[in-house]
Amino acid sequence: MDLNLDAPHSMGTTIIGVTYNGGVVLGADSRTSTGMYVANRASDKITQLTDNVYVCRSGSAADSQVVSDYVRYFLHQHTIQQGQPATVKVSANLIRMLAYNNKNMLQTGLIVGGWDKYEGGKIYGIPLGGTVVEQPFAIGGSGSSYLYGFFDQAWKEDMTKEEAEQLVVKAVSLAIARDGASGGVVRTVIINSEGVTRNFYPGDKLQLWHEELEPQNSLLDILNAAGPEPMAM
Amino acid sequence: MTFTIPIENGNGVKDAEADSQRTLYPYVTGTSVVAIKYKDGILMASDMGGSYGSTLRYKNIERMKAIGKHSLLGASGEISDFQEILRYLDELTLNDNMWDDGNSLGPKEVHNYLTRVMYNRRNKFNPLWNTLVLGGVKNGEKYLGMVSMIGVSFEDNHVATGFGNHLARPILRDEWREDLSFEEGVKLLEKCMRVLLYRDRSAINKLQIAKMTEEGVTVSEPYSLKTFWEFKAFTNPTVGAEGS
Repeated sequence: MDLNLDAPHSMGTTIIGVTYNGGVVLGADSRTSTGMYVANRASDKITQLTDNVYVCRSGSAADSQVVSDYVRYFLHQHTIQQGQPATVKVSANLIRMLAYNNKNMLQTGLIVGGWDKYEGGKIYGIPLGGTVVEQPFAIGGSGSSYLYGFFDQAWKEDMTKEEAEQLVVKAVSLAIARDGASGGVVRTVIINSEGVTRNFYPGDKLQLWHEELEPQNSLLDILNAAGPEPMAM
Repeated sequence: MTFTIPIENGNGVKDAEADSQRTLYPYVTGTSVVAIKYKDGILMASDMGGSYGSTLRYKNIERMKAIGKHSLLGASGEISDFQEILRYLDELTLNDNMWDDGNSLGPKEVHNYLTRVMYNRRNKFNPLWNTLVLGGVKNGEKYLGMVSMIGVSFEDNHVATGFGNHLARPILRDEWREDLSFEEGVKLLEKCMRVLLYRDRSAINKLQIAKMTEEGVTVSEPYSLKTFWEFKAFTNPTVGAEGS
């Protein structure tokens, strides 16, 4: 089997951004793959652009990192010139500018989320090609294919912060269960008027889904816990 | 140091630098736009879908936008290119306003501008991947035209893009009249949009209809059409008939 270890680092990924009444919750898995090999099993795909704006990265790891770096640089200057925090819309537009004008060369889908005093919590999806779409929630990355139906059913307006975060964690966890390119831990970032909160949900603490079993230390524990005939047919 | 990014577009792997001068391919696309002239002006309809390949990914995209006071632009094809065209038109209308001479860009002028933009991009092998429908009313004159991604441009009494070319046009050719009322016009467009909903895989059931008259340009709120599935042949497929 060809592991293709020379393949470009790609974050197969599941990324999510959700608005709630008061702010936004961003979520992502943590797997970065090089072909079939997991190059980083605990990556952080939710990257800070400013104090109040973060971006979820998917697709090529290199492309998404360099785009984030440029936009962070532009936003830093913009903040100095404005004398106040950059808005989420401006951040999204700067990403759009790079994504659209380099559409032939870049392969990265991004979800921009944040909070500003004018519009509150906002999520902008920027898929391949450089289209900008403002959405109440956005999903992206290879794992998102498995979540369209889930969100069609589970999403509702005006959730609380706790409901929104639970939804995001559940969704990323479901995607990880079915998408080989997603895995590891679930990271979330909550942004609102009060500030930014980062959370971490390790893979073994997530809810179990269909045909998944409770993790054990060893078979020996199972044998010892069970009765005298544990290996019988 | 050169590095190649493998990009599949039917021609095999291409060098990254050469690709920046080549024709691209669309990612997020809008489907048909249908428009007709009627008694008081122009009516245009489009759904609110943005497809990502075969996935119906976005369901709230406005593919028709007012341009200045007199025109409306509807687009099918790559949405990011449509957004860029709107930016060009913003610049155009801003500069037009700055003259402050009481004159304003009419649909004919906007259509001409778009034709030049689309055709020149086509000549550089770097098209804006859209088919545009431009309609409007100025000084009592009704205008309806279309420009494609290769720069083909024309005016007509009724136009359609994408699948609409095949499904809507025959209906319009048969039923369009010069003196359609607003109600008749809307019903005619809805007839076309319903057929597209049945037969176009990338159509979604959420559409808007826009009206352009001397008074101005209005775009309706999004709404959905009822569909009919209760034919006897559908509910009770004939025994033994494959696929029916």
